[in-house]
Amino acid sequence: MRELKLMKGNEAVAEAAIRCGVDGYFGYPITPQSEIMETLMDLRPWESTGMVVLQAESEIASINMVYGGAGCGKRVMTTSSSPGVSLMQEGLTYLAGAELPCVVVNVVRGGPGLGTIQPAQSDYFQTVKGGGHGDYKLITLAPASVQEMADFVEDAFNLAFKYRNPVMILSDGVIGQMMEKVELKEFAPRWTMDYIEENHPWATTGKKKERAKNIITSVQLEASVQEAFNHKLQAKYRAVEENEVLFEEVLCDDAEYIIVAYGSSARICQKSIEIAREKGIKVGMLRPITLYPFPAEQLRKRAEQVKGMLSVEMSAGQMVEDVKLAVECKIPVEHFGRFGGSVHSPGEVVEALEQKLIGG
Amino acid sequence: MKEEIIIAGFGGQGVLSMGKILAYSGVMGDMEVSWMPAYGPEMRGGTANVTVILSDERISSPILHEYDTAIILNQQSMDKFEKDVKPGGTLIYDSNGITHHPTRTDINIYRVDATEEAARMHSIKTFNMIVLGGYLKVNPVVEMKNVIAGLKKSLPERHHHLIPMNENAIARGTEIIKEVSMVE
Amino acid sequence: MSDINTIIKPENLTYKRTEVLSDNDLSYCPGCGHGTVHKLIAEVIEEMDIQDTTIGIAPVGCSVLAYNYLEIDWQQAAHGRAPALATAVKRLMPEKNVFSYQGDGDLAAIGTAETIHACNRGENIVMIFINNGIYGMTGGQMAPTTLPGMPASTCPAGRDVSHDGEPIKISEILAQLPGTCYVTRQSVHTAANVRKTKKALRKAFENQKANKGTSLVEVVSNCNSGWKMTPVKSNEWMEENMFPYYPLGDIKNK
Repeated sequence: MRELKLMKGNEAVAEAAIRCGVDGYFGYPITPQSEIMETLMDLRPWESTGMVVLQAESEIASINMVYGGAGCGKRVMTTSSSPGVSLMQEGLTYLAGAELPCVVVNVVRGGPGLGTIQPAQSDYFQTVKGGGHGDYKLITLAPASVQEMADFVEDAFNLAFKYRNPVMILSDGVIGQMMEKVELKEFAPRWTMDYIEENHPWATTGKKKERAKNIITSVQLEASVQEAFNHKLQAKYRAVEENEVLFEEVLCDDAEYIIVAYGSSARICQKSIEIAREKGIKVGMLRPITLYPFPAEQLRKRAEQVKGMLSVEMSAGQMVEDVKLAVECKIPVEHFGRFGGSVHSPGEVVEALEQKLIGG
Repeated sequence: MKEEIIIAGFGGQGVLSMGKILAYSGVMGDMEVSWMPAYGPEMRGGTANVTVILSDERISSPILHEYDTAIILNQQSMDKFEKDVKPGGTLIYDSNGITHHPTRTDINIYRVDATEEAARMHSIKTFNMIVLGGYLKVNPVVEMKNVIAGLKKSLPERHHHLIPMNENAIARGTEIIKEVSMVE
Repeated sequence: MSDINTIIKPENLTYKRTEVLSDNDLSYCPGCGHGTVHKLIAEVIEEMDIQDTTIGIAPVGCSVLAYNYLEIDWQQAAHGRAPALATAVKRLMPEKNVFSYQGDGDLAAIGTAETIHACNRGENIVMIFINNGIYGMTGGQMAPTTLPGMPASTCPAGRDVSHDGEPIKISEILAQLPGTCYVTRQSVHTAANVRKTKKALRKAFENQKANKGTSLVEVVSNCNSGWKMTPVKSNEWMEENMFPYYPLGDIKNK
């Protein structure tokens, strides 16, 4: 019997985390995502699945608790919103450098600085270009519904452990705060220590006599060693790019124009497409589901077919740069988006499409 | 069937919970639903609003720029949302505190004086359920049995003894809603 | 003359290096106290038979490579964050033994928040704190524990308390938190002090086994390179200057 619940995106993250057998959650309150830890504290999973839930003293502590837990081969996660995620950048680059799997959810709000608590998509660069120092990448999933907020938690853990790399779920205030119907999965058991030791032999679970000690670290000291390690990381990223690109296309096959949008913007743009098509404008939408790896190949293909692309994001124009890189100047690429916490309406997107691409 | 609704008023009027009950009623009727609040500092004492969409099909945008129905519970919301009702759509308002009544002639306008009625019923807290009753009279998008089921789902168990009082308020709302003007 | 091989017998053995110490050459300067503390931790781990259940958290600082010297599983933390890592490791694997190993810059400057809150939550871990009053690894800069008037590369004329404030007595602060069960300050510059420090470490690990809360073992140590002294002179200077400010002994024992 499938279980349908009406819940907020934030609540869905908490429910999904418990159900897919997450071992630990470490977080610090920040709007608009505090419902995640509140829901966990309310559900008390330490009494049911044994999941650890701890309110840390800061986002810096949270992400470093995640590092500690991930180093033990446990499935651990944290969640925050933009200013908090900025504080986590040090931890994220260490996690990437130590090749540790973990999941971080960013329910993005308007910035810069303390900014607003309203929804935004202005942390795209920080997420996919590496907000911390060094050559590293975060695999990034962008949910566009409450259902995806729930589903992507497990998907993110699978990717994180497949590649031993941190995975970001880049959401925003719309997806976090809205309520929709969600189908929740059955409870899956947490991993046993035996399972962890067998499948993640690198984890610091205590040195057994029969194996060498395990060391989780990101320090290399010698430049040549660091370079060799970075080559290994880059090879991993190429494999991610090869295998893990996810996107959704809506009415693209006959389209003369394509809107590129992710997350809540993609939802808004779907309505814009309905409106535009009623007006006789042949427009489709490509929604990147993974922001890194980016669906550049598919955009390149579509560039052969369409007259122009509009990148619609709640930012001053960030993903648009990746769209431009993907289509290699073959067609005009424009940006539209409200930002700083303001959300574009479906109608505004249609107007922008007409003014920036069709009229121009 | 698709119904796109904005409910707007003051924080504390139960705007968000009314939207939640409506959304739950849709879930009980096996509809697709979305509930999107304007959240933030404006919630506390300031204006509050929520967009609720009920549909037989997958819902695209949870954020809208025009609505089939606007349920308006204070002057600020009237100023903001009267213009956003689709031509031929519906505007329902509580006249308490309204100084500039709606003037559009291309939409259907109803009045539900729920503040006054709630005071008369000595039940200020069920104000939003009176409004909901009025709305459901005008636009029975969800069946009453699903509304009661939705009410049960959205209220914590410890408040279930309040359900009859809320049912009563919904029924009262269906009785007191008045047509102000209609378009052909 | 008797054959040496007739003497090498287990029953004649009076001192044996613990196998918890690795064969790697220490990267510490000759005369530094780190190596001694490493050996003591290794001995305690061996004596308690917890080598296969102990996870160490290494800091950023001179002991960033501590994981090279003890044959246990290790995690190396970002600067100051070791208590956060230790918190998660212990909470996710409560049956294991977890300790952090940190210097004064790591524990008492950049990681102050993590230190205080781990202790305040009473995390059931051991924190080993090496206080030598200077940043050794980066080349002798002023630490939060640098003494008044003591020169360092970022206070070449000596620490001016009117400008930089007084050195922080972090152990005394942590002892005030209800989450700490044992806070002690020791040293390793004489054989007698080495024995006392080992006892303190043993007690700290026993506290963890007994679920008593956070144990903090501070070791006031020399940094002859950073202090620009011979090892012998640095130990004399430590006795004369560090100990009056950082008196040895138990600060809290409950």
